[in-house]
Amino acid sequence: MASAAHPEPIEPIQPLQPPSGRPRGGHDQHTLPAPFLPDACEPLTQGAEALVYRTHFLTPQTPAVLKYRPPKPYRHPTLDKRLTKARLLAEARVLVKCRREGVSVPAVLGADWEGGWLVLEYVGGGTVRGVLDGWVHRLPELSREGNSETISEGRKKSEEEEALWELMRKVGRAVGRLHEIGVCHGDLTTSNLMVRDEEEYTENETNLPPSGDIVLIDFGLATQTIQDEDRAVDLYVLERAFAATHPAAEPLFQEVLRTYGGSFKGAKSVLRRLEDVRLRGRKKSMLG
Amino acid sequence: MATVRKFHLPHYPSYPIYISTFKNVENAAFLRSQLLEGNPNFDYAFLDASTILSLNHILLPAFLALSLHTSGRAKTKTVHSELVFRLHPNNNIAESFKKFGIGDSSRNIIAVKIGGFMKEGQDEVAEESVSRHLGEVVQGDSTDPGERGERLGEECEMEKVRKMYKLESGAGGGGKKGKKIGNTGEAVNGMGGEEKDRKEMESVVLGVITLKGS
Ligand SMILES: Nc1ncnc2c1ncn2[C@@H]1O[C@H](COP(=O)(O)OP(=O)(O)OP(=O)(O)O)[C@@H](O)[C@H]1O
Ligand SMILES: [Mg+2]
Repeated sequence: MASAAHPEPIEPIQPLQPPSGRPRGGHDQHTLPAPFLPDACEPLTQGAEALVYRTHFLTPQTPAVLKYRPPKPYRHPTLDKRLTKARLLAEARVLVKCRREGVSVPAVLGADWEGGWLVLEYVGGGTVRGVLDGWVHRLPELSREGNSETISEGRKKSEEEEALWELMRKVGRAVGRLHEIGVCHGDLTTSNLMVRDEEEYTENETNLPPSGDIVLIDFGLATQTIQDEDRAVDLYVLERAFAATHPAAEPLFQEVLRTYGGSFKGAKSVLRRLEDVRLRGRKKSMLG
Repeated sequence: MATVRKFHLPHYPSYPIYISTFKNVENAAFLRSQLLEGNPNFDYAFLDASTILSLNHILLPAFLALSLHTSGRAKTKTVHSELVFRLHPNNNIAESFKKFGIGDSSRNIIAVKIGGFMKEGQDEVAEESVSRHLGEVVQGDSTDPGERGERLGEECEMEKVRKMYKLESGAGGGGKKGKKIGNTGEAVNGMGGEEKDRKEMESVVLGVITLKGS
């Protein structure tokens, strides 16, 4: 039973703190590129590089996400324009490539490289991070109801756990498909994995995670590569994101890897490389 | 009088977009000659309807044409020629007109007129004059594009569009080469298979138009 003693579920998405080097008095939320108007743009996040808004595009019935990279006053204007354009283009190219080849990502609806903006299809739903956080918050409650805290092999899974495991298999397949077409994400965290849900994922009564497709978002750091190393680093970043959620999420990530391993021809060798990447990661953290 | 539907891009409310559709057009060659001669009364984008998937497939190039035209960055003379140019994936103007514009033997056409380049308050007059003018000059059956433009893709030849935007997946890391976008024919979520295919194709086409020439 949920009770008032339980903490509020944390927001699935936390805006990034701007780095300390960010210039003061820079862009505020009202500085939008033409022809976008503040009235129609609801701020979603304000990252280090991009401002992200929820808005609509082409018709009032087409919900969209506006990613705007405002000019950086501390950079030379010509260089700044060129960098902004190159990054937006790279992101849009990878998204269109994915969409062309059937990998589930937001569609590109429009852009103006000179203006510094990109408009994407709005994905209704929540992030995998939100789903995991919701589950972690209910862990004490779940164990009181007679489920053990960790998902052990022998025990029969509850309906919620079964849905969660199915979600993990979808994550494994989605990442596998992405790598298979020659794209590495570059920032594969659980916040950048969305679960499509047209009815907007909320803390629903059943606590079941939404059953929609996985949509990969945020391709600002993506590269076109088929190197085992790059692929393994993607998996390592995702592993760290799972570990940061809760120790109990470890078996869930194993299910992601298991599914990934069977999802395309080169996947097994990526999993072997992942072990090297882990070792290096550990050494680095011991030094640091 | 031809049936004209009026649309508004949320970001360009003062530039209404008038759209008319015609079937069994008999005088496409004449209409095209008027465009070529630069007859000022023929300030339209005349499109071959077989190349247009949906309302958004017109609205995105219209948005881009307006955005570039109003900021002095257009590559062609008028907002209407820019619209046709923006439809094409490459930077070849002549090619754009050949592929998406009306041809001498086009039977099904879409006429697009972007209004607003005139004094305020002339809106209604423009709609009526577009309707009258098109009704007079186009020899063909005026059809209704639908209030939300939902009938705009009815004459589309999907295979042709797939070819023009190269919607077969190309070389990638994957082994699924030659897979066609939007060719599943499966019905999902109560949405008919064809409607779903069209939506999926549209989502790639809008991206390709955005990336045009870059
Ligand atoms: N297509 C989309 N549909 C719905 N929500 C989206 C979409 N794209 C982004 N978001 C939301 O906006 C947030 C930020 O977007 P994104 O990660 O692409 O931008 P970013 O500048 O890289 O942000 P950050 O630096 O915070 O990672 C996402 O975490 C997500 O919640
Ligand atoms: Mg992000």
